[in-house]
Amino acid sequence: MTKYLPTIGIECHVQLCTKTKLFSEVDNDARGKEPNSCVSPVDYGLPGMLPRLNREAIPFAIRAGLALNSAINLKSRFDRKHYYYPDLPKGYQITQLFHPIIGEGYVELPDGTKVRVEHAHLEEDAGKSTHESSYSLIDLNRAGTPLIEIVSMPDIHSAEHARDYTKELWRVMTYAGVTYGDLYNGNMRFDVNISVAPEGSNQLGTKAEVKNLNSFRSVERVVEYEIKRQTKLLEKGEQVVQETRGWNDATGETTGQRSKEGAADYRYMPEPDISPIRLSAEMVEQERANLPKMPMWYRQKFAEILPKDLVEVLLDYPQLMRKLAELEDNQTIKKVANLFSSVLLAEENTSLLNDELPGKQQLIDLVEMNGKNELSSTGMKEVFLKFFDPEMHYKDTRTIAKELGVIQENDLGALETIVDAVLAKPETQQAQADYKAGQERVLGFLVGQVMKESKGKANPSSAQEILRKKLQ
Amino acid sequence: MKTASREISAVSLVQAALDKAHQYQADYQIFTWINDAAIERAKEIDARIAKGENVGRLAGVPYALKDNFLSQDGETTASALILNGFASPVTATAVKKLEAEGAIMIGRTNLDAFAHGSSTENSYYGPTKNSKDLERVAGGSSGGSAVATALDIVPFALGTDTGGSIRQPASFNGVYGFKPTYGTISRYGVVAMTSSLDCVGFFTQNTADLDLLMQICAGQDDYDMTSLPDYYGQAAVADGPKKIGIIKDFDNDAVAPEIRQALQRKIELLQSKGHEIVDLEMPALKYALAVYYIITPAEVSSNLSRHDGIRYGYRSDKSAHLGELYGNTRDEGFMPENKRRIMIGNFVLSSGFYDAYYLKAAKARTLIIDEYKQAFEKCDFILTPVSPSPAFKLGEKVNDPVAMYLEDVMSVPLNLAGVPGLAIPAGKTAEGLDLGLQLVGPRRSDQSLIKFAAEMEEA
Repeated sequence: MTKYLPTIGIECHVQLCTKTKLFSEVDNDARGKEPNSCVSPVDYGLPGMLPRLNREAIPFAIRAGLALNSAINLKSRFDRKHYYYPDLPKGYQITQLFHPIIGEGYVELPDGTKVRVEHAHLEEDAGKSTHESSYSLIDLNRAGTPLIEIVSMPDIHSAEHARDYTKELWRVMTYAGVTYGDLYNGNMRFDVNISVAPEGSNQLGTKAEVKNLNSFRSVERVVEYEIKRQTKLLEKGEQVVQETRGWNDATGETTGQRSKEGAADYRYMPEPDISPIRLSAEMVEQERANLPKMPMWYRQKFAEILPKDLVEVLLDYPQLMRKLAELEDNQTIKKVANLFSSVLLAEENTSLLNDELPGKQQLIDLVEMNGKNELSSTGMKEVFLKFFDPEMHYKDTRTIAKELGVIQENDLGALETIVDAVLAKPETQQAQADYKAGQERVLGFLVGQVMKESKGKANPSSAQEILRKKLQ
Repeated sequence: MKTASREISAVSLVQAALDKAHQYQADYQIFTWINDAAIERAKEIDARIAKGENVGRLAGVPYALKDNFLSQDGETTASALILNGFASPVTATAVKKLEAEGAIMIGRTNLDAFAHGSSTENSYYGPTKNSKDLERVAGGSSGGSAVATALDIVPFALGTDTGGSIRQPASFNGVYGFKPTYGTISRYGVVAMTSSLDCVGFFTQNTADLDLLMQICAGQDDYDMTSLPDYYGQAAVADGPKKIGIIKDFDNDAVAPEIRQALQRKIELLQSKGHEIVDLEMPALKYALAVYYIITPAEVSSNLSRHDGIRYGYRSDKSAHLGELYGNTRDEGFMPENKRRIMIGNFVLSSGFYDAYYLKAAKARTLIIDEYKQAFEKCDFILTPVSPSPAFKLGEKVNDPVAMYLEDVMSVPLNLAGVPGLAIPAGKTAEGLDLGLQLVGPRRSDQSLIKFAAEMEEA
């Protein structure tokens, strides 16, 4: 039977976190604001209004381009893309078709696969429509938000890689600091083109496009579904129709929406109201010098120190990666990485991810005290959590540990006194007899009594050792 | 022009203008709206003068505003139903600058809807009549502003010129009409027609007023990225005898004899004053009209997309769904010439035709720009007719779009090249119709051009 090879291309829209919109001076951050409260006459599409390019968006675009390993075009310009929709106030979107700011580049996936980027361009977002049964609501807060649209080459051939590519794009853009990266609120959205063709064929099959996906999982599911659907059609000798299909997350299916014949002709034309963007090579180099480290750099840095899976988990949090990279000692890195994953990423603590992370020296001291048995692993976790208390930001680890009373008693002389006191207590006499009679397990009870007597400061293994000696 | 002072009150200037506006309105259909509240602003200005304040260089001067400028006074209609009820929350930069100097808008003037036309007949509110003959057109698209200035209702009026919309009506009504270098005056707050060609300019009764208005309104605007840093006032062309270019191709049988004679008289006058006449060959100009009627509809179709009945202006109430709402609103709200341009524009921009039309026109436009550059290496200014004929009869060309488009054949090349052009009065026909000629200069020669026209004015 013929084998079919899927080919996938992905367009990704990334909302840039500039202070103001791309062509007007109103707030670009509408989170938690009333609908239609961040809208200028320009965004509203009043007659006579002219776009005014927000220069702040340019370094964002350069950084995004550098993060994609792309060439930055020193001269680029804007075009108009026309279509009618109530959330598109001017009847056209200002975008870059003919001369985009970001040229060819690539994204490297965790397994080393490279997905080439055809180009990426700056454009403005449209507003948001909410459709009710008998009416629709329009919110223009988002209209005019700067976007980078990243267009991949058809280099992806599996659902897994489609997911990995979108996830890596998300990471790369977040690390570059160009977007808040909040997928739930549409900061990044994916349009996926899928086609299948018989293996060995030198032509691509007819593609279907599914637009506006906002999670890696839905990208993966859409691709899985479409590969199956299209393969089945071809196996039955039927044809795939070129069309835009909608994804239903609840049913896990795509359904036909608009065929190629019904597709819009966007009547692109150069934007006459905006002068071309001209960049200097120095400006690009300056951005390159300031570009934050990318996920691949951290992968390489920690490859010999941390398990791969742990690195992939932590990579979702750029701030954790940056903190780890501040630490020099491999043992420290390992312990802190484990604290991050076991404590900070535990469901009950994830809210702390928004807070300031502990300082470098605090972490180094914490690991050192644990290494010297001054802190048990439980004590270490307690101190680590206490670091997030704003009042503790400027206190050193030892002070915090003391305040918490979790420093272990390692002075054997002092410990011996405590053990003697415990052994003198009437309530331990039975256990002592039992131990001597060969019941090894009552030792735990006695260690517990020592811990209690020491108010938790005793090092349990030392206590055990002394108890054994005394009860011989 | 007269400005208000302790001797002449702003109220008297504005009242006289308002009285005349009302007096002429019924016959000439000059205004889409007369601003009777202007008298209140005049009172404020008089009060400030009484207090000894410096009110500005246009203290209490009444003016008329083409109704495609946004301002918080009255509704901006662009003489089209589709903007019905549109009260702008913002004011155009040019209007702000004038009012900061004390000028007072006494009315919004009629135009071809969205400035599409050369006669002001394409107005939803009906045509404006010629100042010398009620049976003839005012010219257009800024017909109302031209007639308001010609009938001395106001000493000056604002207009826009995309392909001749200031110069042609100025020449039809015997006043000065100036289209500056592209980008000299901000387009912010002006209803866009062809963004890459649109210029804000003036109608005046003399060159001194024009010079003052240019000093006030020229300059870069943060809200218009295509506006130029202020150069006005920096001499571009040296004083003394000039070389004046005459375009041989424009002297042909399609041009009315009276206009050719007026041109000849002016040439002789210039020679007598020691200026040199240079013959110019500008073969690329014959493509200008074709280029213009590709670029203009393309940009028009784009710029008018925002009029969709969703957020402001007219909305058809006959619609069952979104597609019908768009279709009916735009069908009912636009004038036939608007729709003609939208359709041509959509066609030339459509996929598969873009290269053949728009891109080719853009290339031909570059040739025209280059041809002007070369011409201005041979001469200082160029003198040509504005249009092929004096004011024509109402209805004469309204059903013949191509004849109407030919009105622009000698005015559009300037817009394509972005160079300044000044329509100057040049006598009258035997019937008493106004004749005009246009002086053209290189980019940024605006003040030199106006000064040169002043010399001819004295003659």
